[in-house]
Amino acid sequence: MKLKLHIWRQTSPRSKGDFQAYDLDGVSPHMSFLDMLDLLNEQILEEGGEPVAFEHDCREGICGSCGMVINGIAHGPEKLITACQLHMRTFKDGDEIWIEPWRAAAFPVIKDLVVERASFDRIIQAGGYISVRSGSAQDANAIPIPKADADRAFDAAACIGCGACVAACPNASAMLFTAAKAAHLSYLPQGQTERLQRAADMVTAHDEEGFGNCTNHGACQEVCPKGISVDYIGRLNRDVLKATLSGVEVTTR
Amino acid sequence: MRRVLTLYRSSVGKKIMMAVSGILLFGFIVGHMVGNLKAFQSHNGDGTHPLDTYAEFLREVGYPLVPEGGLLWAFRLVLLAAVGVHIIAAIQLWSGARTARPGRYRKEDSQVFSYASRTMRWGGVIVAVFVVYHILHFTTGHAHPDFEYGRVYDNLVIGFQNPLVAGFYIVAVGALCLHLYHGLWSVFTTLGVQNRRIDRIRRPLAAAISVILFLGFTSVPLAVLTRILTLP
Repeated sequence: MKLKLHIWRQTSPRSKGDFQAYDLDGVSPHMSFLDMLDLLNEQILEEGGEPVAFEHDCREGICGSCGMVINGIAHGPEKLITACQLHMRTFKDGDEIWIEPWRAAAFPVIKDLVVERASFDRIIQAGGYISVRSGSAQDANAIPIPKADADRAFDAAACIGCGACVAACPNASAMLFTAAKAAHLSYLPQGQTERLQRAADMVTAHDEEGFGNCTNHGACQEVCPKGISVDYIGRLNRDVLKATLSGVEVTTR
Repeated sequence: MRRVLTLYRSSVGKKIMMAVSGILLFGFIVGHMVGNLKAFQSHNGDGTHPLDTYAEFLREVGYPLVPEGGLLWAFRLVLLAAVGVHIIAAIQLWSGARTARPGRYRKEDSQVFSYASRTMRWGGVIVAVFVVYHILHFTTGHAHPDFEYGRVYDNLVIGFQNPLVAGFYIVAVGALCLHLYHGLWSVFTTLGVQNRRIDRIRRPLAAAISVILFLGFTSVPLAVLTRILTLP
């Protein structure tokens, strides 16, 4: 396969980036999208150029690092997968592909397609945990949890923090991420103690990081590689409302 | 009050305020549409129209317990406050979202957004402009060529006999109903009122309510344009 690639090149966080066009030949339909970028980088290196920086780690859809917007869609045109799981057979010979980094003020570009997602870590630090003495593990069935709740908690816990929700949102809102991280705790008995405090603190951290507000477009749900539902956002909203009504003060950090 | 202000400081809180004020305004819109349908009643024996009598009733309701027009003005102040909260929160959220998303994508994928959700903001601006014009037109009469205080039915028929006025009204009501469609189904998420049954019906419910409101509102100018409603 022969492809025409338009890739966002940016040398540093402060510099102004732009698209650069590349012709790439010899792409196999069996390659993953990242294999294709590796092939391109070999070609660039042979020509003495600077390879395209992109983040990658597990290459099996569970680490959440390979975020990029491919032809206007976070993680590319296929549903429920990350960019590393996208195969080149999705494209045709002679296709033009536009590759860009996530665009959000809270995700500054480090280089080319790599963005800084530390803002997500700070949202987690604000409340995405439970305060328990870990000690030795207790008996597995000591705390009964209804199957439906366990399933909902697990679906939320599938979030890999890739940032596609923010990338797809026209408001660059991270509500789906924040809601998933709050929900995987709020469905379980261990997460009840700090539930309202967690909701208030995490939403405050979300806003302070410079993410936008949610306008219920649902674009996040469409691109989420783990298929996380926007219903979790409703649950978080209700917890924030409850927190306010019961006078929970936001913890100042 | 302090709790409300604390809530308002967060983006979720602003959205909750928009949802609550939106519900109030939605209630008014339903009442307004039902009231408008009085235009289709025939004239009273004394030459007045039930629409005129209805308007008179709205001014007098509650008298003598409250001063004349008292309830009407209380109602208007509540609506004005709701409009204020709705617009101010919207502007603050809008500006926050603009800063959060500095650049656009080269290729924008718009297939996942519904038309209604994409046009919430500009649709809201169109509705706001229309409401100002609508009040100057039918309430105060400043934008009406032959306004006569209290002759509600006559003002309405004369107003809508101008196709431009009727056209703008229909377009604005269309924008309003599109705005309501997205608002009505997403209010459940914003307030966290969800369960499997609600989730299944909320989109069709919002669509049905919006279509009914659109038909109800536009029936009046269309009836004037097609001469079903005429001056006596």
